[in-house]
Amino acid sequence: MTDPNPNPRQPRAVALISGGLDSMLAARVISDQGVHVEGLNFFTGFCVEGHTHAIRNRDRKRAKRNNALWVAEQLGIKLHIIDVIEEYKEVVINPKHGYGANMNPCLDCKSFMVGKAREWMTAHDFDFIITGEVVGQRPMSQRRSTFPVVQRESGAGDLLLRPLCAKRQPPTLPERCGWVDREALFDFSGRSRKPQMALATTLGIEEYAQPAGGCCFLTDSAYSRKLRDLWQSRGNKRYELDDIMLLKVGRHIRPKPNFKLIVARDAGETHYLQGYRSRFNHLTMTSHSGPLTLLEGEVTADDVELAARIAARYGQGRDAGSVEFDAVVGGLSRVLAVQPFEPENVLPEWVL
Amino acid sequence: MSRQVLDARHLLCPLPVIRTQDRVKALQPGDILEVRCTDPGALSDIPAWCRINGHAVLQADEQAEEVVVMLQVGPS
Repeated sequence: MTDPNPNPRQPRAVALISGGLDSMLAARVISDQGVHVEGLNFFTGFCVEGHTHAIRNRDRKRAKRNNALWVAEQLGIKLHIIDVIEEYKEVVINPKHGYGANMNPCLDCKSFMVGKAREWMTAHDFDFIITGEVVGQRPMSQRRSTFPVVQRESGAGDLLLRPLCAKRQPPTLPERCGWVDREALFDFSGRSRKPQMALATTLGIEEYAQPAGGCCFLTDSAYSRKLRDLWQSRGNKRYELDDIMLLKVGRHIRPKPNFKLIVARDAGETHYLQGYRSRFNHLTMTSHSGPLTLLEGEVTADDVELAARIAARYGQGRDAGSVEFDAVVGGLSRVLAVQPFEPENVLPEWVL
Repeated sequence: MSRQVLDARHLLCPLPVIRTQDRVKALQPGDILEVRCTDPGALSDIPAWCRINGHAVLQADEQAEEVVVMLQVGPS
């Protein structure tokens, strides 16, 4: 194929930047070849790190940063963070290629993100796309057999270059046109992280985020269980951003099919859940120190009492004869005194 | 030169950064934007976004559980 750019200018690549090492290396090696690189990072609503930092007490002591932004700054490239929450729902709800070990639709997700990068590339007059994928690294989305699927379903075709394993793939258009030097690319494969770490050392990259993945709640079994429960309880697979945010927060306990409790696990979560009080029936412990509890679903008076007896287990009054709550149901507040459940009364199957 | 305030309170990162990014697109070089957030991560993330995109950070601090970042839009 001939060079589609008859009046050569500096080639321009858009890089998918997750904040991990692989995408950092991919962007760096292409940038080092004289290509102008800008990064894209997609916010699906299921991202892990920033939210747990912001919510939980125990995470507040750790350094807070968005790893994708940090990587972009280290590389000296621009980063565009794109809200894909609405469009991403179809990927989660109806993945053409199904789910992985949990609710992770990794192959559909990769095709979706590369497809969005292709749209961005076209709109901004860039020439090709790069990712940090390594063949054989992930069981679902990074296999020899699925690489062509992502190219085809994203519409990127051979404008998609994977610099870390390019030598194991047919030459892409950026290589054939000489925009990048294929010989200076890599042939990494498999799950070992050693080649990437060695390359990082060679490039003088001493600090990077977790070596691979771990950035998506959909790969987490506990989170996935809660998402399945949400859909089952509603009878459909729809969700809003607040739904999936709340699945990251608190203990989720469903003692009856029609409602569940979301019990804050610490002061940070109580503070966060307070922002949702106006939209949920809720229980605030008044006689003892204890967490805020939201009630999701339609509840009867008996349900509220049941919820209060469960919630009482998680406050300082768990061994007291009576615990009082300010119970707000249907916008009306009342004092509710209950005897806390014994531990064995909170059935394991209730805890999501 | 205009001066605007963006309320990004009760949003978790990266949403405050995304809202900042979207608002800045509609501003002119030299305009000033004050962003108010409750996510402590915004204190590092919004300034980082500004640095890599060529905008000046005039102020970034935490006041009474709110993060306030004031930026000046850089040349386009």
